[in-house]
Amino acid sequence: MAERKVTVQSEVGLHARPAATFVQTAAKATVNVTVARMSGEPVSAKSILSVLALDVRQGETIVISADGEGADELLDALAAIASAP
Amino acid sequence: MSSSTPWPPSRRRPDVDRMAGVGVSPGVGAGPAHLLVGEIPEPPADARHDGDAAAETARAVVALERVAADLEARGVQAGGTAEDVLEAQAMMARDPELVEGVSALVGGGMAASRAVYQAFQKYRDMLASAGGYLAERVADLDDIRDRVVALLTGVPMPGVPVDAAVPYVLIARDLAPADTAVLSRDLVAAFVTEEGGPTSHTAILARAMGVPAVVACAGATAITSGTPVLVDGTSGIVRLMPSDEEVAEARDAAAARQAALSAVTGPGRTSDGHPVPLLANVGGPGDLPAALANGAEGVGLYRTEFLFLDRAAPPSAAEQVEAYRAVLAAFPGGRVVVRTLDAGADKPLAFLPPPGHEPNPALGERGLRMFRVHQEVMAAQLGALAVAAAGTEAKLQVMAPMVATRAEAEWFVRACRSAGLPEAGIMIEIPAAALRAADLAGAVDFFSIGTNDLAQYTFAADRQLSGLTELQDPWQPALLDLIHGAAVAASAQGKGCGVCGEAAADPVLACVLVGLGVTSLSMASPALPAVRAALARHSLDQCVLAAVDARGAPSAEIARAAARAHLPGLADLAL
Repeated sequence: MAERKVTVQSEVGLHARPAATFVQTAAKATVNVTVARMSGEPVSAKSILSVLALDVRQGETIVISADGEGADELLDALAAIASAP
Repeated sequence: MSSSTPWPPSRRRPDVDRMAGVGVSPGVGAGPAHLLVGEIPEPPADARHDGDAAAETARAVVALERVAADLEARGVQAGGTAEDVLEAQAMMARDPELVEGVSALVGGGMAASRAVYQAFQKYRDMLASAGGYLAERVADLDDIRDRVVALLTGVPMPGVPVDAAVPYVLIARDLAPADTAVLSRDLVAAFVTEEGGPTSHTAILARAMGVPAVVACAGATAITSGTPVLVDGTSGIVRLMPSDEEVAEARDAAAARQAALSAVTGPGRTSDGHPVPLLANVGGPGDLPAALANGAEGVGLYRTEFLFLDRAAPPSAAEQVEAYRAVLAAFPGGRVVVRTLDAGADKPLAFLPPPGHEPNPALGERGLRMFRVHQEVMAAQLGALAVAAAGTEAKLQVMAPMVATRAEAEWFVRACRSAGLPEAGIMIEIPAAALRAADLAGAVDFFSIGTNDLAQYTFAADRQLSGLTELQDPWQPALLDLIHGAAVAASAQGKGCGVCGEAAADPVLACVLVGLGVTSLSMASPALPAVRAALARHSLDQCVLAAVDARGAPSAEIARAAARAHLPGLADLAL
């Protein structure tokens, strides 16, 4: 299981446009991918409703995890989205 | 105790064929009413399907996908911010976890409509409990759910018709971006909403489209679809079942009034040359085109809440500077009066700890009172204002809302001075401040009277309660007395005293306010031409006489008539 810890930089947090881009990218992948708050329950990164409900604000750190073929590339792409200002 | 005296009949109580609201986009429009469908009924909790779970699940998936595709298509058609909003909604309708939830419920025997309803409920609860920005998204979620449930149960889809033989008058409680993204002038003759104000989504959209609109029209949603309706977006009057003559007459009057109004241009002044700067109320840089088109000499009320509400993090200094500078740059040589953040328990800020429960937010820790608790927010705003003002040619004036005492006024002025802001004033909207205006004038550079809140607090009548409109009437002589007192106190110390509430937008009352000693008037931009024309037709003496007799009247109704008797030029303007 590969994972990335990322601090969300966007001013609006993982909401609105950043959340949409994040979920769209995750949804294209064939493997399972989850996102969680630090020491929180992971939710599917392909679910916009679950990602929004995490309510991640600017400056908070999230853990993105995936397993299987292409997991590392996917996690890199998602981490880049989450850490973009 | 019983009394035989009848309750005074309400002047504004709507009768069957005439309703009154607030005109927010001028002009006259007529057409058949189209009532925007409100609530889709909740599918009953015991709704079951006939046993074929796979087929029932497929129905739900098809409905979700159709709604998603429809939202997406509307987004592409609308473009801009609306596209982002609608695309996000489409993603929600296609959410794989949501589909899984629906499928599980249908597998247990539940009907698709109920399963969709319940699956949404889970996310609805999560978003609602998060508060702030996410709670605002609940309305988006409900909109999707209602569309899907409507499809599955065969009831009419909420939304507006996008093809019609003749343009219709769109009537709604309020309008959402999804409702309005696809509308055009060819489709809509006028808007009427029961809720909303001059800066509501409906008002902004209507002005941008050049379509007449009336908001805050009590009882509007009782109008049945198909009823012919005549809407006057200037006076705020909505007439049902008008005759052809009435429609023609209203159109002619609107055209004549428009011609008379646009004949008067230039800075605000009375017929004998007494200058009264006419300024615009704006809620953000988006309101600037309307302000400039209507000849505003500056901004008399820049509401800054839009920068702070509905967001998880406070706006950065750079973002604030940009938003302030955009408005300052539009009025080189003019003045721009910025009201600092006016938030409270009814408009909580998502990035601050939630305020304690207040049974009465209008009387709570709001406006300047909130700044006393969160001084860092005030310091950041004042700092950004000082940076924005540097290098622009507008005169920046900053004022605080909800000031009651001289100590509060002094505290705010000190904060402005140390931020490097040369002109600091206060809103006069609490009766205590109006009563002690002479005291407060010594501490500040200017006053700006917010007549809406001043009326609410003076008459102990909640602005949100449409049943108390009578007590919110700015013609009430008690309110005129307080305005007069504040204006006289300011003038005695050489300070300006403007009005930035709805009262300034009434061309008749505008003359009275000038007669009371008010030195500038600020209003929603569409109201500027009528006020400019009314002032230009009357001398300062006439305004003073109108003001004296209005204050001498025993009721708002009589005050209005008494003032009109001194203002003969109104007739030329059909006002």
